[in-house]
Amino acid sequence: MKINAILLLIMLVTIGCSTNDDPPAEVLGCMDANSLNYNSAANTDDGSCIYEKNATILFTQNWSGNPVAEADLNTTEFLNEAGNLIKISRLRYLISRIVLKKADGTTVNFDEYNLVDLSNVSSLTLSPANSIITGEYTGITFIYGFNEADNISGAYRDLNDADWNWPTNLGGGYHFMQMDGKFEDVAGISQPFNFHNGTARVSDGVFEQNFIAFNFDKNFTITDDATIEIKMDISEWFKNPVTWDLNDRSTNLMMNYGAQKDMQKNGGSVFSIGDISQ
Amino acid sequence: MVCKLKQFQFLIGALAVLIVVGCSSNDSTLEEVTEQYTPTPKPLTVPTILERLLPPPFIPADNPQTEEGIALGRKLFFDPILSGNNTQACASCHKPANAFTDNTRFSVGIDGLEGERNSMPIFNLAWNRDNHFFWDGRALSIEAQALEPVTNPVEMHNTWENVVGSLQDHSKYPELFNKAFGTKTITKELAAKAIAQFERTLISANSPFDKYLLGEGSLTQQELNGFDIFMDEARGDCFHCHGNENSPLWTDNIFHNNGLDAIITDKGLGNVTGDPNDDGLFKSPSLRNLAYTAPYMHDGRFATLDEVINHYSEGLVYSRTIDPLMKAVSRGGVHLSEADKADLKAFLLSLSDPSFLTNPNFQDPN
Repeated sequence: MKINAILLLIMLVTIGCSTNDDPPAEVLGCMDANSLNYNSAANTDDGSCIYEKNATILFTQNWSGNPVAEADLNTTEFLNEAGNLIKISRLRYLISRIVLKKADGTTVNFDEYNLVDLSNVSSLTLSPANSIITGEYTGITFIYGFNEADNISGAYRDLNDADWNWPTNLGGGYHFMQMDGKFEDVAGISQPFNFHNGTARVSDGVFEQNFIAFNFDKNFTITDDATIEIKMDISEWFKNPVTWDLNDRSTNLMMNYGAQKDMQKNGGSVFSIGDISQ
Repeated sequence: MVCKLKQFQFLIGALAVLIVVGCSSNDSTLEEVTEQYTPTPKPLTVPTILERLLPPPFIPADNPQTEEGIALGRKLFFDPILSGNNTQACASCHKPANAFTDNTRFSVGIDGLEGERNSMPIFNLAWNRDNHFFWDGRALSIEAQALEPVTNPVEMHNTWENVVGSLQDHSKYPELFNKAFGTKTITKELAAKAIAQFERTLISANSPFDKYLLGEGSLTQQELNGFDIFMDEARGDCFHCHGNENSPLWTDNIFHNNGLDAIITDKGLGNVTGDPNDDGLFKSPSLRNLAYTAPYMHDGRFATLDEVINHYSEGLVYSRTIDPLMKAVSRGGVHLSEADKADLKAFLLSLSDPSFLTNPNFQDPN
């Protein structure tokens, strides 16, 4: 009996061992415990690991490709398409609803808006609260200004504090851009310009949305913390498709429907996506 | 005898232990008091209109608002002990009845000398987040600002060494500093902190226009017309520098050349930054409480609001650094009609807050 029992034990152990020796079923998955999609059952890493990374949006300005920064304010002369010699004293603009489009059809949405002020270096970068997911991307969208739903009078304390409001009798909400400066008129005399953009007033109490929704196709891969550059070519505001002569339209443009819509038209070629560095 | 001696030694020993224990526990109590003493926090009471529309007030981390600090600051603000000959307090040129400015073009210091700029009114400073104070922005905090008039030779003409000595020798101040900051050792930094705490409590947001916005009061048709002119880019265009119904500080707290002079004699911000593009730039003052703050401009050149409105309407003068927002400069200004001027003035006066002048918390406690 004792011998039989021992034999049985040996057999069991042997059977157990032989079962163990069978090649295990391959389980594909991400094997990095630090990833977002770690699969503890996986025994073969299939390269599917995804990670959360931080995004930074960098806003840069240029004039036909030449960088424009705070030091250029009131100092550097630019020649616009119409031949006006201009200096810029102040440049502020609002960008909102920045979205990164993933190849799988999902999106990464940043909730922050950003008031860029050329004279305030810290306003040139935005560090969104939401992180980005590593992987393939196909495009970037954003709004210049606020879309209709977001453009609510008085709703944003920091923008109120920045005196960024657009007058109620012009449709309310907020400015989209303030570019102020001086140009030489036809007589060579320095004249001011106030290139301010926001909701367009058609007539008393009748307003038209004037923001611009940008949708850039761009294939890129996020592997690490990334800085995404949004570029403004200031010269385009005066150029394409409307050649903007400041001798004709320089001030009192906020309530000028035609001027507001022409700014919106020209705005279409002002922005582009620059470097994505990581 | 031996036994008695032993008993005596024991008693001595026990006594020693008791004393040591007593002393040490006494010491620790003292230490606890010193370590744990904190003055009573007293956060600013933010009026509804400012709370609804603006970010919270800015309070520096190293100078929180406290009951004892504010009380000390208030006492210092009204006390001529700060001046060289004990004749002038901060409040001499920053009077509650004038929304904390005075009614002269240039204030006169203790030696009878005049300054070169108009005394600035003091209110809603905790919302000046850029933290540039004075007409030319040279002080980078309220605390830094508060240090300057004491030593300015045409103002209080004293030294801080002397002020600190006077305060330290005073019968009450050492204890008041102790209550406010946990030390009887007075320094100019602590004095400035206390004054800044008091100044941050000077909040004004109870004008007829505020009540109108809150639905608690109405405005006259003339005041409403004036507001339209204020907000109209082709007429007043005041709002680009002076706020609007959703930006209720009624100043942008930044610096502009508003076309006062063809030749800049006072460089203002340009003196501070050294940048010639800043020459002739001065801080936009708030339009609140204009009823009490005449004369106007950094140099007090305009005695009345009519003169101010006339300046923007037809008195603008070109200079190299003039702000582009002074867009009608080639015509001298926007040329408002007389009716528009009267309406605009009526609106501007609706931003004045009489309750600010008489708030009992803002009066001389001495």
